[in-house]
Amino acid sequence: MSITRDEVAHLARLSRLALSDEELDHLAPQLDQIISAVAQVQEVAADGIPPTSHATGLANVFRDDEPVPCLTQEQALSEAPAEELRRFKVPRILVEE
Amino acid sequence: MDELIKMTATELAAAVANGDASAAEVTAAHLARIDAVDGQVKAFLHIADDATAQAREIDRKRQAGEPLGPLAGIPVAVKDLFTTVGMPTTCGSKILEGWHPPYESTIIQRLRGAGAILIGKTNMDEFAMGSSTENSAYGPSHNPWDLDLVPGGSSGGSAAAVAAYEAPLALGTDTGGSIRQPAAVCGIVGTKPTYGGSSRYGVVAFASSLDTPGPFGRNVLDAALLHEVMSGHDPMDSTSIDAPVPPVVEAARHGDVSGMRIGVVTDLSGDGYQPGVMTRFTEAVELLESLGAKVTEIRCPHFRYGLPAYYLIAPSECSSNLARFDGMRYGLRTGSGSAEEVMAATRAAGFGAEVKRRIMLGTYALSSGYYDAYYGKAQQVRTLIIQDFDAAFEQVDVLVSPVTPTTAFALGERADDPMAMYLADLCTIPTDLAGNAAISVPCGLAPENGLPVGLQVMAPPLADDRMYRVGAAVEAAFESRWGHPLLAEAKGVTA
Amino acid sequence: MSVTYEEALQKYEPVFGLETHVELGTRTKMFCGCTTVFGTEPNTQVCPVCLGLPGSLPVVNRLAIEYAIKIGLALNCSIASWCRFARKNYFYPDMPKDFQISQYDEPLCVDGYLDVLVGGSTVRVGIERVHLEEDTGKSLHVGGATGRIQGAEYSLVDYNRAGIPLVEIVTKPVPGTGFLAPEVARAYVTELRDVLRSLSVSDVRMEEGSLRCDVNTSLSLAGSGVWGTRTETKNVNSLRSVERAVHSEVERQAAVLDAGGRVIQETRHFHEDTGVTTSGRSKEEAQDYRYFPEPDLVPVAPATDWVESIRESLPDLPSARRARLIAAWELSDLEFEALRNAGALDVVESTVALGASPADARKWWLGELARKANDAGIDVAALPITPADVARVAELVASGALNDRLARQVIDGVLDGEGTPDEVVQKRGLAVVSDDSALLAPIDEAIAANPDVVERIRGGKVQAAGVLVGAVMKATRGKADAARVRDLILERLG
Repeated sequence: MSITRDEVAHLARLSRLALSDEELDHLAPQLDQIISAVAQVQEVAADGIPPTSHATGLANVFRDDEPVPCLTQEQALSEAPAEELRRFKVPRILVEE
Repeated sequence: MDELIKMTATELAAAVANGDASAAEVTAAHLARIDAVDGQVKAFLHIADDATAQAREIDRKRQAGEPLGPLAGIPVAVKDLFTTVGMPTTCGSKILEGWHPPYESTIIQRLRGAGAILIGKTNMDEFAMGSSTENSAYGPSHNPWDLDLVPGGSSGGSAAAVAAYEAPLALGTDTGGSIRQPAAVCGIVGTKPTYGGSSRYGVVAFASSLDTPGPFGRNVLDAALLHEVMSGHDPMDSTSIDAPVPPVVEAARHGDVSGMRIGVVTDLSGDGYQPGVMTRFTEAVELLESLGAKVTEIRCPHFRYGLPAYYLIAPSECSSNLARFDGMRYGLRTGSGSAEEVMAATRAAGFGAEVKRRIMLGTYALSSGYYDAYYGKAQQVRTLIIQDFDAAFEQVDVLVSPVTPTTAFALGERADDPMAMYLADLCTIPTDLAGNAAISVPCGLAPENGLPVGLQVMAPPLADDRMYRVGAAVEAAFESRWGHPLLAEAKGVTA
Repeated sequence: MSVTYEEALQKYEPVFGLETHVELGTRTKMFCGCTTVFGTEPNTQVCPVCLGLPGSLPVVNRLAIEYAIKIGLALNCSIASWCRFARKNYFYPDMPKDFQISQYDEPLCVDGYLDVLVGGSTVRVGIERVHLEEDTGKSLHVGGATGRIQGAEYSLVDYNRAGIPLVEIVTKPVPGTGFLAPEVARAYVTELRDVLRSLSVSDVRMEEGSLRCDVNTSLSLAGSGVWGTRTETKNVNSLRSVERAVHSEVERQAAVLDAGGRVIQETRHFHEDTGVTTSGRSKEEAQDYRYFPEPDLVPVAPATDWVESIRESLPDLPSARRARLIAAWELSDLEFEALRNAGALDVVESTVALGASPADARKWWLGELARKANDAGIDVAALPITPADVARVAELVASGALNDRLARQVIDGVLDGEGTPDEVVQKRGLAVVSDDSALLAPIDEAIAANPDVVERIRGGKVQAAGVLVGAVMKATRGKADAARVRDLILERLG
């Protein structure tokens, strides 16, 4: 086992996914199988090999500090599931950042 | 079948420009075709309400003598991952059901500017995660060669639409093979351009460092036509390359491989490859040799780590990219209680099984304590694969391989077997990891089941034109051998 | 069981560190072209990028990079020749993408320092790093007590601030300041604020949140050299609060340790009203930010030429300003420090620029006004009185139109919102009585009522005239010019 059901439940919380017990039961062995398979990357002798996060090799791509038109307030709020006082209405927040 | 729907995009463009056909007629013919067959193929999630209006505007321009763009009057089917104004964008997910973005992707803007008729949005694996379209929240699409088979994925709706003559051209995105694999199993042409060659702005992200928008066409020249229009530098995308678009249309018009050095990647063959796929692939290589190419075998020893590296990098990026679907600002909101509870309930209800799997896999790979062993290692593999390509391209101009190890598989066959599903991308993934360009061109039917096989031609970054040259040469030689385009043998759809 | 600060310091040595977030004064946001004006209608300065809409992509604002480099250079940092942005992943409703684009292990500027003057000596505060990130939206908490997040029924989010460029400046831990730790912390933020203002990279207004501090505090047993567990106090939004937060955490942690408990690594919230901190989320439970390089952005590799041209463009820094003002105003180091630590440097300088003498400007801002600010628990510069008002008051005193006592009443009036100094003078009728004839009657009354005093004055004890002056001032309700009254009394008595 490369990953336990408890760890899978922890990953679900970290990923903000309210999974049912059935889903966890189903997912845990699948993730275990996948993780075992992808762990193959650890076979590669990669000492001193730089990581590639991007293949383009680009650097220093900037924009000038010039304003461009924003969305209208109506556009910004057009898809909001709930709205009040021209703001996005969200449920009460428990955890402070 | 209406003659107009059988015409290539290149022919249609000429007909509209000359006045031999109006854009309205072309559009009407395709809408009629969609009406007739999409109930079987299920390529589309949404048909544009204003397709006819778009076409009339092209016709008005032509009559007024205004300049027409290179795609004037040509219907294009759009993978439902590109943001569009006036059409919903769902990404094949319940979490975005009915989402109407207030802005439009750069490529869609370019297509509009080129006169294309945006005819509808096509089905896909949810958020582009999958190889069969079975992960769509709106049901799978069907392969026009045999409706019981998958059309590939994730851009399966776009491939099926083109293969079923519902549109001459379509847009897709390729992250691990999502254009080339469906093109191969549907018997059409599909291209993954060089990463950074086509803008990602307004293309809903799956894996940012891999996602590459690209074209589908029924032949190489059509794909090149769309490729050229959609490509080019975009200041809204920091990873967009500020360089001239490779001359792909020119290359597609002059398929010629004499003197070209072509490398066969020996690492992309062997166990797990369907015999008929290898038969047709080998024939294609022989064909290239007979056309004057110099063929050599090339080893790319790290390609075998491409699949595991990909299944770390793509899920890692997606776990972060898909965090924003939390029910706070747009899309689905469900559940009650605190914001945290509503977010978790919304995401649990809105995402399908494969998306959840990948989010959790990515969350795992990026977690403190695991990062170096998984994500970090995968990034090193990426470097090694790039080095394999660099070494190869010192010896040859392009590399070739099968596109995917098997022909189209049956709907349901791999639906709950993620590892089996992932194997479909075995040959396409190295190109994505390296940011190169590659094309899928039909190279015949597998003898054992009569289903299409694709030839993959891989080119170095920004040398996309090379693979079009090879593709056009292969296409011309095969079609003269077969006496017709391969797609003429597709009999799955009844109209 | 509580422990006083003095008791705490007998046993423990405080170690503090500061993380300061500064909103940069660019015209547009960090990763998109939306404007950054403060206080506009909610959700009007947003676009697909800063709203985090699916498909949108960030592009780095060049000027924000330039400002961050400027700050790094002013803080004596090395500028990275190559660095990247990273994603900090956590879910929060005010964060549109549910990750923040920040920098992780590859910050733009590293390893600098800032010298601050405390008690006449210099303390060198090490700078660990300076990096760039984006701000979040702002939430309005509805239904709970006093707009607090706790107990609210729901929240309303405005994303206008989301994506505003933020620079985070992180100090190294500062040990060894002993009793002065709270003062050094405050002096550092004050100096930092002055540096940032001199660079013109931010309006550094703590009250508007464009400069915010998190204060890390830990204690070590005196002489042990082993640092204890640190807490991170958030929401410290004035210079005075920085000082109070360190002070209060030292007392609290000392009490915990003395009681045999252990300090928990946690986030704490500072309350301006009570001056104490309360526990927030414990850091020990599951904050795994899963940082990884931001794949939508490419690396930043500032060319040496660029960095050097920025270095050449740096203005006079506060240390140079200090030398200039000390010379111009004829101050001692301690006098300068008092001004600076009171946060009164800018207002005094403005007041002088508007015509007041340096001595008068200092007298008003450090005296009467500093007392008022202290009573109100705010920084002196945040009082509702402008340098122009103070300069005018000083001018009225210098011209003899007001005396000090009346001037204080004028200042009260201005602070109470009664208008400009001239308006307050008029409304309250506060002018000095300058007409001698109006003074003669009260003088005669005072002479008649104090024959013994008159005797002593006539006998040569001139200083006894003070009693008569006092009586006259009382009779005129302080509106008379005391010096003139004295002259008139002496004249009268021959």
